[in-house]
Amino acid sequence: MTTPSLEIKDLAFAYPDGNQALFGVNLTVGQGERVALLGPNGAGKTTLVMHMNGIHPAAHGEVKVAGQLIDASDKANLRSIRSKVGIVFQDPDDQLFMPTVGEDVAFGPYNMGVRGDELNRVVIEALELVGMTEFKDRPPHHLSFGQRRRVAVATVLAMKPEILVLDEPSSNLDPASRRELADILRSLAITIVMVTHDLPYALELCERAVILSGGIIVADKQTREILGDKNLLQAHRLELPVGFSI
Amino acid sequence: MHQLPSHVKIIAALFFIFVSIATPISTWGAFIGYLIVILITAKVAKIPLFTLGKRALIEIPFIFFAILMPFFGKGEIVNVGPFDLYKDGIEAALSIVAKGTIGVLTAVILSTSTTAREILRGLERLKLPRMMVQIATFMLRYVNVISDEMERMKIARESRGFEATGIKHWKILATVAASLFIRSYERGERIHLAMLSRGYAGELPHEESRHVPLVRWAIALSAPLVALLILLITTGMDK
Repeated sequence: MTTPSLEIKDLAFAYPDGNQALFGVNLTVGQGERVALLGPNGAGKTTLVMHMNGIHPAAHGEVKVAGQLIDASDKANLRSIRSKVGIVFQDPDDQLFMPTVGEDVAFGPYNMGVRGDELNRVVIEALELVGMTEFKDRPPHHLSFGQRRRVAVATVLAMKPEILVLDEPSSNLDPASRRELADILRSLAITIVMVTHDLPYALELCERAVILSGGIIVADKQTREILGDKNLLQAHRLELPVGFSI
Repeated sequence: MHQLPSHVKIIAALFFIFVSIATPISTWGAFIGYLIVILITAKVAKIPLFTLGKRALIEIPFIFFAILMPFFGKGEIVNVGPFDLYKDGIEAALSIVAKGTIGVLTAVILSTSTTAREILRGLERLKLPRMMVQIATFMLRYVNVISDEMERMKIARESRGFEATGIKHWKILATVAASLFIRSYERGERIHLAMLSRGYAGELPHEESRHVPLVRWAIALSAPLVALLILLITTGMDK
């Protein structure tokens, strides 16, 4: 059996103000798997994501990425972890901070020590994957929201991560951009963890889904099975869109 | 002109401004000479005079104070039409207007022929502290995002029947400014997180410095050198 891309064991976390967000999360994601992380607002989804690349250090329990234990006190370890876990944040304007698209995509690989022609090649490759090559020299604020989201995906793909974590990838997208992004995500041979409230999107893209509620994983099954369980969904403030049935 | 490396242009512009500041206002000819050099440079850079003039209007508030100077002061008095003006004041005012105009025109040519991004790159190559360049880079990137946000907040206020008309509305506008600040601050935190997630360690990517051929330097520096020559000749003639 290959090493899982992500292994979370007994992870618990409380914010400095005493507010506990995670109460012992266990989650294993195999290589190449696409998993939807579902859950109501305030369930701790974002907190969990922040543990996947060591932004929040694990207070209790452990997180392993591709077999490597995250050790937040070791800078070299964090650097290597962050090159393995690519997080696409919800608001592309938070993620795209460089003056041009190309420079932004170069930001991650540059921090990993890639330079010169190699850097240029990596940037072009990543932009090709999301179909945004011709926008390389444009400033991000001239792009549409959907295009910015795609560039945000490219910025982390450029780091050749082991695992891609997306926070609400379909939010604020028009239907066509939403589908285009789905096509792009499907075309990537990479492990994906997708945080979303968009249940049909989860069904479309992910074989497996987990529900995080009240700081623990309360369900971990096939997406179809979870979305078909009306009582389970209701208990955790999740709902399928009106008229949608499985 | 547009192709010259930005740091070379910045040096040339600064040099030119220094020469004009160093020129005593009594050497009239020099300033006319500088103006001609500027106009030629603008011509070479294919900047229409109208654009140049329009962008230079930013100087007006500064000139406003210069205009008041001849009315206050002491010493020799000169009669100009109905006004009694002080000679020192007139000279000081003329000096501010002339040097200010030269400086503004130079800056306008620099900023018109160079993108903001390139100017930042130039400053970086000139070894301006990295932190300052990074802050300016972020400002450049987010000024639109924040002004859009401000616009949306304004529309939302107006949709609920509020329009700021006078001093009694300042309290509300202050709250708006505060919430805009908090939002920007929080956005800053999110951006920082996104940067850390991609391995940020205090350095933004920048191009490795390329060697600039001497010819380029010569082209860029020709304008300030001509200015220096004009200064030397005109002050020489005075003696």
